[in-house]
This record gives sequence, structure tokens and C-alpha cells, in this order.
Amino acid sequence: MEPTISFREVRLGFDEGDVVRGLSFEVFPRETLVLLGETGTGKTLSLKMAAGLLRPLAGEVTVLGRQVSRMAEKELLSFRREIGFVFQEGALFDSMTVEENVAFRLREEKVPEEEIEPKVREALRFVELEHAIDQVPPELSGGMRRRASIARALITRPPIVLYDSPTAGLDPVTAQTIIALILRLRDIYGVTALLATHRLQDGFALANFYFDTASNRVVPNSGKRAGERPESESATRFAVLRDGNIFFEGSPEELAATKDPYLKRFLV
Amino acid sequence: MAETPLQVTDKETPTPPVVSIPQVLIGSAKQAVLQVQEYSFLAAQAVTNIFSRPLYFQDTLDQMDQIGVGSIPIVLLTGFFIGAVMVLQTASQFVRFGQTSLTGDAVSLALVRELGPTLTSLLVTGRCASGIASELGSMLVTEQVDAMRAMGTDPSRKLVTPRVIATILVLPLLTAFCDFIGLVGGCVAAVFTLRLGVVQFWTRAVNALDFADIMQGLTKPLVFGFILSTVGCYRGLTVRGGTQGVGRATTQAVVISSVLIIVADTFLTKLALYLAEKVF
Repeated sequence: MEPTISFREVRLGFDEGDVVRGLSFEVFPRETLVLLGETGTGKTLSLKMAAGLLRPLAGEVTVLGRQVSRMAEKELLSFRREIGFVFQEGALFDSMTVEENVAFRLREEKVPEEEIEPKVREALRFVELEHAIDQVPPELSGGMRRRASIARALITRPPIVLYDSPTAGLDPVTAQTIIALILRLRDIYGVTALLATHRLQDGFALANFYFDTASNRVVPNSGKRAGERPESESATRFAVLRDGNIFFEGSPEELAATKDPYLKRFLV
Repeated sequence: MAETPLQVTDKETPTPPVVSIPQVLIGSAKQAVLQVQEYSFLAAQAVTNIFSRPLYFQDTLDQMDQIGVGSIPIVLLTGFFIGAVMVLQTASQFVRFGQTSLTGDAVSLALVRELGPTLTSLLVTGRCASGIASELGSMLVTEQVDAMRAMGTDPSRKLVTPRVIATILVLPLLTAFCDFIGLVGGCVAAVFTLRLGVVQFWTRAVNALDFADIMQGLTKPLVFGFILSTVGCYRGLTVRGGTQGVGRATTQAVVISSVLIIVADTFLTKLALYLAEKVF
């Protein structure tokens, strides 16, 4: 099977030195790869390279079969419509209402106004934020901003969604709401996702639960292990980053059973 | 290796490399050249964007409103008093030679050729270059610019070009307002302090002006508008260091734009005088 996202020996650094050092991994269709790591290990940089927002100094980044690392900015602008990006703090446009933020991409693509409103309402209903349609971002709470950001990312139904620490700085209850949304997005629309986080529980929640469309609820996987799931079902894998490279890559079960002292620090 | 979660990891603090003074100077020079290159690229891109789609008319109109309409009060207020002060200063000299009637000529020429364009541009720089730099800088540090790129929108088209076009279009108009209100201020001062007639002042003020003077006075703001808007955008889009960096970029935008405007004014004046002599 062709990987949806592929990093091969990717390096990226700044004046202070390399941050990403020969990073290689692959994400397959409908799969969620959780990039786990401490601050400064290159999680956000990896997401930005996957979206073509940053260009690696060396190596290849391939997304949907196209070499993002070699594309010109003009090509990238149109290519990025295939990717939804949820930024750490939401990155909503302060001067626009929630409706304008969510509809931004549609208006840029000159979608007729009469088609925009139902799509925006549908996306906001999905994230349970329809009541805040006319509010501006400074009036929203942290969790609401993340939800609006998710609505903005899914408005064009991209096949790939990149999440940059979607639960960072949120209280546990709100963080659960965001994870439930990510589950719904994965299980209803079948998106391939790359999720950067430093919270192990986010990854385990994605691995151990799924959104049941019949009951319209998030339910446990009932103990099914990675290999036992049908191929059509979404899979979750972990990649632990350390010093700009992959320190561990494997299933949630393998991570949970690790004896490595560094990995154990995440499990506490 | 850390054995417990609370133990400090085996990461060592890197020793900062020793750098010599020539290395620092060469590094600074390289940095300066890089900044000029980046600025030139952004400025050129802002112009070339005009000739291809998508064009953001609504954003341009919004910026014209913010930069143009928003600057009218300070331009009018300052222009009025500058005109009045000019009359007071020049009149004291003309009184010595009994030539107070020439006050209108002096004020008119100084305002239309020099003070109007420069003063208006410096006022708009203080108000708008800082505003542009802080707005774009805040958007950059809160990842809004990256979000825009991630959604397939070119920030140079959406954010830079509308600001540049709007500033270039409104600055000559603001300059014309400043020139007119400056003459009104000069007239008021002349009438009350020199006992000159209103008609006499205006007749001399208008007759003193040639087509070349008006051309000079209204062409300079086009260049000044380009300078202040592109510098504001460049400083905003190259902010480093979070909110503190935004403050620094705002100050730099005003300082760099002001200096560049005054330097450019010298060369533009020389060029305008040459053209006035050879062409008009």
C-alpha cells in the first residue's frame, strides 16, 4: 500500500543547529500517526514540513504521492487544499467572525455564497459550535477556538488532517471533547492524520476508542488489538521523537509494554 | 540517563562558540544584505501581484479606509498649524524688507513642493507603518500567516499588496488635503498677524505655483507611500521573538520608513528640479 505521507531522511535546522535530524516515517491511508515528544523535538516542524510550510534542508517529504519538499510555493498553495491543518492555538483570524474563519477557504475558492452558509453551518454543527457563528475569536474560550479551528480545517473535507498539539493548554474535560472530535473526523470521514502531542493519553484515547456512527457515540474498541482490526478500520500508531529523530515507532500496545526508561517517562 | 521522571535528562548545555569582532561584523553585514534582498523581493512581489489574479479589491478598499480616512484628522490638524507657523516664521523676515505680500508665495511653494508631501508621509508613517507592522507581526506570531498559507492563500497577495496599493493611492490625496489646509492655516495667520487680505494671500499663493510644483508635490507621495507600506509589511512579516519582537518591529518600521522617506525626498527633489528645468 502506498503511504499517504512519507518522510525520508529529512533534516531541518536553524542558526542554532539541526532540530530535525534524518527523520523517516510513513503514514498510511486512514491511519493516525501520533508524534509524541518533548518540547523542541521537532513535532511542529514535522507537521509544517508535511504541509509544505517549511522546506527541509535535506531529505524528501512526499504527501499524496507528490514531493512536497520540491514543490514551488505557487504549486504548494493549490496543493495545500488537500490538507487540513489545526494549529496549536487555533490560529483563527482575529479580525473575522467564526463564520468568516470557517468559510475562508470556500470564499478564496469563489464558491457561491448560497453554498457557503449550509457548509459552514454543517461544519460548525459537527464541532458543536453553531451557536457561536457570529462571535469573534477573542470572545471564544480556548476549547471553542480549537473546535472552530477543526471546523475550518474540515470545511473542504481534506483527505489529510494535521493536528499540532490540539489539546495543549486545555483542561482534561475540554481536551477529551477535542479528542472525541478528532475520533469523529477520523471515523466518519476516514481522514489520514498526523497528530503532534506531548500527552500520551491523547494517543491512547485515539487508539482505544472509535466513533460508532450507529449509536452516534464514542465507544471503546473492546480490546481489539492492532492486528485484529479489519483493514477498513482506522489504525493508530505512535512515533516518539527524541532529539529530532524517531526514538520509538510502534503500536500503542508495544509502547505500553516498553521497558525503555526514556519511554517510561511518558507512561507515568 | 534519567532514571526517574523528575530527574534531569542527560542533555548538556552546549558551550557557546567564541566569536571574534571581525566575525561579528561580517555576520552583521551578511544579515543586512540578506534583509535588503528579502525586502526587495517582497516589494517586487507586492507590485507583480497587481498584474495577476486573485486580486483583493475589498481588502484594498478596507485598507484605503483605515489608512486614508483614518489619517485625515491628524493630517488636517497638523497641516493647518504648519501653514500658520510658516507664515509667522517667514513674515518676520519679509517685514524687515517690507515684502509681507510675498508670504503667500513662500508658504505655497514650501507646502506644495516639500512640506506637504514629506510631513503627510511622516505622519502616515507614524500612524500606519507602525500599525501595519504590528498587525502583520501579531498575525505572524499567532500563526495566522501560516494558517493562511496552509489554506492555500498567498499572504503577499492577501496582506501585502492591498496595503501597498491603498497607501500609494491615498497618500497623494492626503497630501493635497494637507497642502490646502496648510494654506488655509497660513491665510488665517497672515490675516490676523500681518493684516494681509484674504484675496491677496490666495492670489499670490496660487500664482506662485507652476504645474511642475504640483507634479513634484503629488508624485513624491507615491514613492513615499510605497516605502512606508512595504517597510511596514516587511518588518511585520519578519518578526522574531514573540510579542517583544512585534514591539521592536513596529519601532523599526517607523524609524526605517522615516529615514528612507527623507533620504528619498532629497533625490526626488533633485530629480524633480532637473525635470522641471528640462521638460516643463
